[in-house]
Amino acid sequence: MAYQTTNTPADPKHSSRLVLRQRFYVVEVLVGLALTARHFFANLWRHTLWVVFRVKSARGAVTIQYPDERRPYSPRLRSLHRLVRREDGSPRCVACMMCETVCPAHCIYIVATEHPNPEIEKVPERFDIDLGKCVFCGYCVEACPEDAIRMDTGILEFSAYDRQSMIYTKDTLLALEAAGPNGVPTSPVPIPPSRRPR
Amino acid sequence: MSGVALDLLLQAIPVGFVMFVVLNFGGLLTWVERKQSAIMQDRIGANRASIFGIRILGLLHPLADAVKMLTKEDFTPARADKLMFKLAPFVSVFFGLAAFATIPFGDTLQILGREIQLQAVTLNVGILYVLGMISLGVYGLMMAGWASANNYALLGGQRAAALMISAEVAIGASIMGVVMVYGSLNMQDIARGQGQPLLPQFFGCWIPAWGLLTQPAAFILFLTAGIASTKRIPFDTPEGESEIIGYFVEYSGMKFGMFAMADFLETVVIAGMTTALFLGGWQVPYLQASGFVFPWGASVALPHLAVVGLQVGAFLTKVVVVIWFLMLIRWTLPRFRYDQAMRLGWLALFPLSVLNILVTGLVLLALGTP
Repeated sequence: MAYQTTNTPADPKHSSRLVLRQRFYVVEVLVGLALTARHFFANLWRHTLWVVFRVKSARGAVTIQYPDERRPYSPRLRSLHRLVRREDGSPRCVACMMCETVCPAHCIYIVATEHPNPEIEKVPERFDIDLGKCVFCGYCVEACPEDAIRMDTGILEFSAYDRQSMIYTKDTLLALEAAGPNGVPTSPVPIPPSRRPR
Repeated sequence: MSGVALDLLLQAIPVGFVMFVVLNFGGLLTWVERKQSAIMQDRIGANRASIFGIRILGLLHPLADAVKMLTKEDFTPARADKLMFKLAPFVSVFFGLAAFATIPFGDTLQILGREIQLQAVTLNVGILYVLGMISLGVYGLMMAGWASANNYALLGGQRAAALMISAEVAIGASIMGVVMVYGSLNMQDIARGQGQPLLPQFFGCWIPAWGLLTQPAAFILFLTAGIASTKRIPFDTPEGESEIIGYFVEYSGMKFGMFAMADFLETVVIAGMTTALFLGGWQVPYLQASGFVFPWGASVALPHLAVVGLQVGAFLTKVVVVIWFLMLIRWTLPRFRYDQAMRLGWLALFPLSVLNILVTGLVLLALGTP
């Protein structure tokens, strides 16, 4: 029996009413099999070119082999935070607490101290981000008056086995660099202690 | 006495070959299934399992699967019927393995002054034997469904039984046309018959009388019913892993793996049956016992072992092609609903098979070949 809908579209091509050829089923099955078989042989040929003849332009799959290759990341991607450094290597952060205040997840913890340079008011003694709480909204980046915190490292693989390892401290965050083209990380991924081999 | 021992030893050749081929095909099909589906769907598929960094296209995944299955917890439900629960997967696999026994994979092999039929068991009612083994395979599923003490498993086993019955009837009826054309229930005779020229009074010796040409309707009907009897998509209502849950819901570890293995073995058996009955079995076109004899008069003489090798190679190639086609269907079509599968079996496949028998009989009568 044909399946009928109450709101039959005007275009008969998209009508859900089955014509005789479709109800006979075998023809439609063969059409479908031809489609999948075409994909099979085309991809098999490309795989053969890749594996046997090393033609690297022949890709038999649309999928990206993630750990081996990464898709290009958007420059607007919000990835692991980093603290920007001054030319002398000290943090550009002046411990104004704006990011800590605006953070909806309360994941930033700052302890301020005096900066040796009298022209700079303060410097963070501690700057901890609990990535287990962070929601990656990017408000801290927008709130910062000194452009001292950015989320452009391109690093996304910072999972850990315990909560303590998700807390990133000032030294770790200062050591990170901005991502290169296509969002490829340029600094080594700070692997948390719980993920290091014992 | 030594003559008997030699006979036994020689008879072990085809038996061992069949066991080797069927078991290896069954194991490799897990890899074929994953790889072929991946290639059809523009993916790469399983390629991570490695030994010392050697991946060989993911061929080690069946090994990794086996290790995983064997080391998993083997759970038995508290209220299950212990004996039946443990017996069920073995029954499934046993009949899947046994079904291949009468399918011929070559003509006779002459060695040490003896003639060996290249099939594990030479049986005059070989077709009925295969049908019986396929039908008995469903007992494993029903036992699993019953012994699990789980209503979902019971319903799955019931669906399996219903689907099997509707598929087996159609399989048996569709094969009858082939039996009528070649006039034998012995699969070796049917394979030999397919080497004869088709309608020599019209076409000369140009076209071999493969079952595909003499019985095209039976070919489609048998293939459809055969896919149904393997319980794989589009006829996987007994299993339906992801949503309706099947007879093996309570099984884990290698027992579950054996049910999956039984499915693959049945796929190999159906492919072997299709090859033996419709694709000429081990026949290579124009290859006779002495070598190639072409219809335009030319001939190439070949030694006996080369002829046998060509035949066995042709059989295996055809089986691989049919398996590829079955996999193609499995990864293209969506699942039939339970009632749709029943309707297809009883209201389409079975009546059409009976009609095919009738038409075949009339045509044979008209051609004067009883």
